[in-house]
Amino acid sequence: MNVAVIVPLLIFLVLIFLVGFIASGSLRKSNNDFLEEYFLGGRELGGFILAMTMTATYGSASSFIGGPGVAYTEGLGWVLLAMSQVVTGYFVLMILGKKFAIMSRRYNAVTLTDYLKGRYQSKWVVLTAAVSIIIFLFSAMAAQWVGGARLIESLTGLSYHTALFLFALSVLVYVVIGGFRAVALTDAVQGVVMFGGTLILLVAIIIAGGGIPAIIQELSAENPNLITPFGAEGSLTPTYVSSFWILVGVAVVGLPQVTVRAMSYKSSQAMHRALIIGTVVVGFIMLNMHLIGVFARPILPGIEVGDKVMPLIALEVLPSWLAGVVLAAPMAAIMSTVDSLLLLVSSSVVKDVYVNYIKPDASPQRVKTLSFGVTSLLGVLVFLMALNPPDLLIWLNLFAFGGLEATFIWPIVMGLYWKKGNKYGALSSMAVGVITYIVIQQFFPTPFGMHSVVLPIILSFAAYVIVSLATQNMTLEEYAAQQQIEGNI
Amino acid sequence: MSGKNKDYRFTIANREALIGITLAVINFVWWYGFAYGLGSKPPENYHFVLGLPAWFFYSCVVGFILIVALVIVVVKFFFVDVPFEEEEGRGNGS
Repeated sequence: MNVAVIVPLLIFLVLIFLVGFIASGSLRKSNNDFLEEYFLGGRELGGFILAMTMTATYGSASSFIGGPGVAYTEGLGWVLLAMSQVVTGYFVLMILGKKFAIMSRRYNAVTLTDYLKGRYQSKWVVLTAAVSIIIFLFSAMAAQWVGGARLIESLTGLSYHTALFLFALSVLVYVVIGGFRAVALTDAVQGVVMFGGTLILLVAIIIAGGGIPAIIQELSAENPNLITPFGAEGSLTPTYVSSFWILVGVAVVGLPQVTVRAMSYKSSQAMHRALIIGTVVVGFIMLNMHLIGVFARPILPGIEVGDKVMPLIALEVLPSWLAGVVLAAPMAAIMSTVDSLLLLVSSSVVKDVYVNYIKPDASPQRVKTLSFGVTSLLGVLVFLMALNPPDLLIWLNLFAFGGLEATFIWPIVMGLYWKKGNKYGALSSMAVGVITYIVIQQFFPTPFGMHSVVLPIILSFAAYVIVSLATQNMTLEEYAAQQQIEGNI
Repeated sequence: MSGKNKDYRFTIANREALIGITLAVINFVWWYGFAYGLGSKPPENYHFVLGLPAWFFYSCVVGFILIVALVIVVVKFFFVDVPFEEEEGRGNGS
């Protein structure tokens, strides 16, 4: 156990706690619609906070722990692959953009599912969306909790259960009492920590390795493949690497935790600023964090477990107090993902299921109590699951990322820009996307040398278009109503 | 179809979405072209820039800086500010 490492980490946790607590003040004072305030921060995010909350929510344990670990093994080819994520910095906000912001206000949408409800007017679309969000994101969230607790465990020497408890407590309190605004504000702090931690570690590692030319030379002497785009064994084909442009690049448009942020900003000026800041921050973190993994190899050769590369190299090249500061970065990445997922799952239960279908006439006071209650309950549930993660949960988590993308991308994007899209198209697109993804992922991984998410995205697109056209005549009324809302008539 | 009442903001939004797609295509072509164009030869023939292999330097480092520059230019000169609030008539929570 290393006290000098633990103190900065604890200070970080306390800081996050305070920011979340302060943010919850505005929730209590606000007179606006409670649901919009709690789950969307009253649509008042500015550019900087918006950019940070998008980046931090998206950048999870994999960017800070898993990714650098693989880069350590594969070399520069994996950094190339990771750079396919720069596109997320601008693509999501540019594609959804102003139309999504305007339409979600017209529909009074607080969640992604609300948006789909407004656009397609279909109970089945809403329920499918809500159920996919609850199942997939709940398991994704539990996996991140396990990651967070393991990280605390390995850094501090506390037992896994104590570490998990500490982690759960620090996230739960601010999410439950502060809602979206607390999540977004803490995300901003966490994003800054992630950015700063990456910078400090990169500089320290280049100095420790004797400069970039020396490091590259050593890598190439060990295995020349490490400095090619093809990976240590030469197994990273251009097709495979390029297919990550879909998984972690453009299809991120379909991830609900990212999409919901595209309805939370205040003005088009905020969006413009967020485009620039977001691109800079996401590119900087992805490039440098994965480079750190590669550069760590000559300095600390022979690390067997990829997930340990980042903590070990930080402890190796930095004085321990500074290592503590830097290791707050992966902590921040995990927390900022987990808090957003928790709130999103809660909003899906409260707004999409309860208020929509179980009790539409619930009093505001009841909705309020329920929101706090469900969020806490979900938190406790995840905690219990993470104590001893069931196999089903681990299995589901494998599908979470790609599954959500394949489910949501076309109903959202085509719903925005294609007038003829209708509820039958959306529903079949969701079904085809999620089913083909699970089948392909399970039985035919990397079809045609591509990541398993690519085909389901193409198939769900085809399903959307074909079924929408085929059922055109059955939905004439909905079509007219939709054109009315969009103001095209 | 779209009469003269069509919301002018949606015309702007459509154009900006197309700009987003164009940027992503440029980003991909640059990234792919330099990585596999310069990186496919045997490592002993590599050129190096600032210590990094040239393919990596141009594809990932310069490519990233280029995209940031393009995003800044596009946002400053082609993106248009529009109000999100409805003028009147339509019910709106905030």
